[in-house]
Amino acid sequence: MAAVDSSPSGAPAPQLSDISHAVDLEEEQIARRKRAEEIGKWALPIIVMAAAIWFWDRIVVWNEIPHFILPRPGLVLETLWADRAMLFESLWVTVKITALALLVAVVGGVGLAVLFAQSKFAEMSFSPFAVILQVTPIVAIAPLIFIYIESKLVGLLLCAWIVAFFPILANTTLGLNSADHNLRDLFRIYRASRWQRLIYLQLPSALPYFLGGLKIAGGLALIGAVVAEYVAGSGGIDSGLAFRILEAGYRLNIPRMFAALILIAGTGVLIYALTSLTSYLLLRKWHESALKREQ
Amino acid sequence: MNVASQPALEGAAPIDRSARETVLRMRQIDKTFRGGVVALHEMNLDIRKGDFISLLGPSGCGKSTALRLIAGLMRPTAGRIEWEGGGGKDDLGVVFQEPTLMPWATVEQNVWLPFRLQGKSLGSCREKIYEALALVGLENFGKSYPRELSGGMKMRVSIARALVTDPRIILMDEPFAALDEITRQKLNDDLLNLKAKTDATVVFVTHSVFESVFLSDRIVVMAARPGRVVKEIEVPEPYPRGIEWRTSPTYATIARETSDTLLGTLSPGAEVH
Ligand SMILES: Nc1ncnc2c1ncn2[C@@H]1O[C@H](COP(=O)(O)OP(=O)(O)O)[C@@H](O)[C@H]1O
Ligand SMILES: [Mg+2]
Repeated sequence: MAAVDSSPSGAPAPQLSDISHAVDLEEEQIARRKRAEEIGKWALPIIVMAAAIWFWDRIVVWNEIPHFILPRPGLVLETLWADRAMLFESLWVTVKITALALLVAVVGGVGLAVLFAQSKFAEMSFSPFAVILQVTPIVAIAPLIFIYIESKLVGLLLCAWIVAFFPILANTTLGLNSADHNLRDLFRIYRASRWQRLIYLQLPSALPYFLGGLKIAGGLALIGAVVAEYVAGSGGIDSGLAFRILEAGYRLNIPRMFAALILIAGTGVLIYALTSLTSYLLLRKWHESALKREQ
Repeated sequence: MNVASQPALEGAAPIDRSARETVLRMRQIDKTFRGGVVALHEMNLDIRKGDFISLLGPSGCGKSTALRLIAGLMRPTAGRIEWEGGGGKDDLGVVFQEPTLMPWATVEQNVWLPFRLQGKSLGSCREKIYEALALVGLENFGKSYPRELSGGMKMRVSIARALVTDPRIILMDEPFAALDEITRQKLNDDLLNLKAKTDATVVFVTHSVFESVFLSDRIVVMAARPGRVVKEIEVPEPYPRGIEWRTSPTYATIARETSDTLLGTLSPGAEVH
């Protein structure tokens, strides 16, 4: 404490004008590297992707590979355009199942996590089921599901839900229990009800964890929807992209297989981008993960 | 008290503290944890309105335990804790060693918390919230998020939250221990100003002799194993206290006495590890 008492002493402070503005080479170098990284972040993936596609095209031409074995990228695009009615209709089916499954996973996962957070005994009783569902490969469960469930749509939904809901449940449970201990005490001292503690303390604490789970679950819901459709196999008016790939495979329509594949991959990327954006928007004000590091 | 309180110095400014009304009484409090750790043994303490009490002692002597008992976060093994006129809402404000703010809420929303938990809207409490923020010099930071503030500023928000409801007792558990020396000194000064302005009743835990003498009007010196009160030392200096107080002979004498008492509790067998 004495440190503050003592009057400021020592050498007089240098005048501002005395300080020359020498260029710091290291700082300059760091700044230059940063600018390069900034550009590279966008430019590099595009360049490399374009090069890879060009290379794919060249391989087909150089080796004279027939299009029913490996089509040229241009032909894939043509097929995508020519079959657009059928492909996009299937895409819509797959997207619908994925989105619905994700929605139910969010509601179910968060709901169950809240239940677990309210009662340790509920968690002890039911979490083994959640783990078993998670660790059993969906392809192994799906055939059974399609035996017991008439509606193909409901079956697909159930499969996609099973794979998607666990990361949400696990992460949200972790998040609900991660609320600061002193804040918990403070809530007790202020005589907060269980409900108030949940709404004002536990749910906000869990939000970053939940959003992490959502990012994983989004991708898994798509995988679940596609894999389950492979297992279901049957066609019909409401066929998703997985069935289109199967069907095109039987007919050796390789370009259409590629076209459908591109749509699935694109959907996956889009889901990831959307969940990442949601996460960023919700956390940017306060959470470390969404903050730009200074310096 | 086990040990009679005694004025530390002849001729100091006379303040009749016994005339203050009692807010809380701790009577013969024992707390024994599982495994037989006696965290507190026969602790007696009267907290009176307007007191600034320091609990001073080595770590492990039961200071935090005493606060947690007062806060109702745990129950004593034996003994009674009585609130004068019974307990109710607005009994307590608490400041922990960390600021303990909700990172997702703005400063203003953080200070709103005790009212919010009583079901009051932000709008209806805004005036009180900004009054409390003004007391700690942060009235212009209501819309900021905690991460935008320095460690000292976060602590001030935490103090504003503790006093916004005008509680009967404010508990502070080594609130500035994690701050750097300069910030800590500043906050000590500000805490004294606050004390002078609001006449809040404060129980302040510290293991710094100088902090306790500088801030409080009663120092409760505690010892470990078992955790117990060894002496109460009065600091008869009226508030407001300023920089002169820290350099006065009275301050030095009391600091000396307190220091000696504290050292006396550290018999070789009972040394802090
Ligand atoms: N919840 C607990 N369970 C068991 N022992 C505890 C618990 N809390 C504190 N103790 C023990 O009680 C003693 C007093 O602790 P505490 O009140 O935290 O001391 P201080 O705050 O003075 O450092 C210590 O020996 C500590 O290890
Ligand atoms: Mg402690």
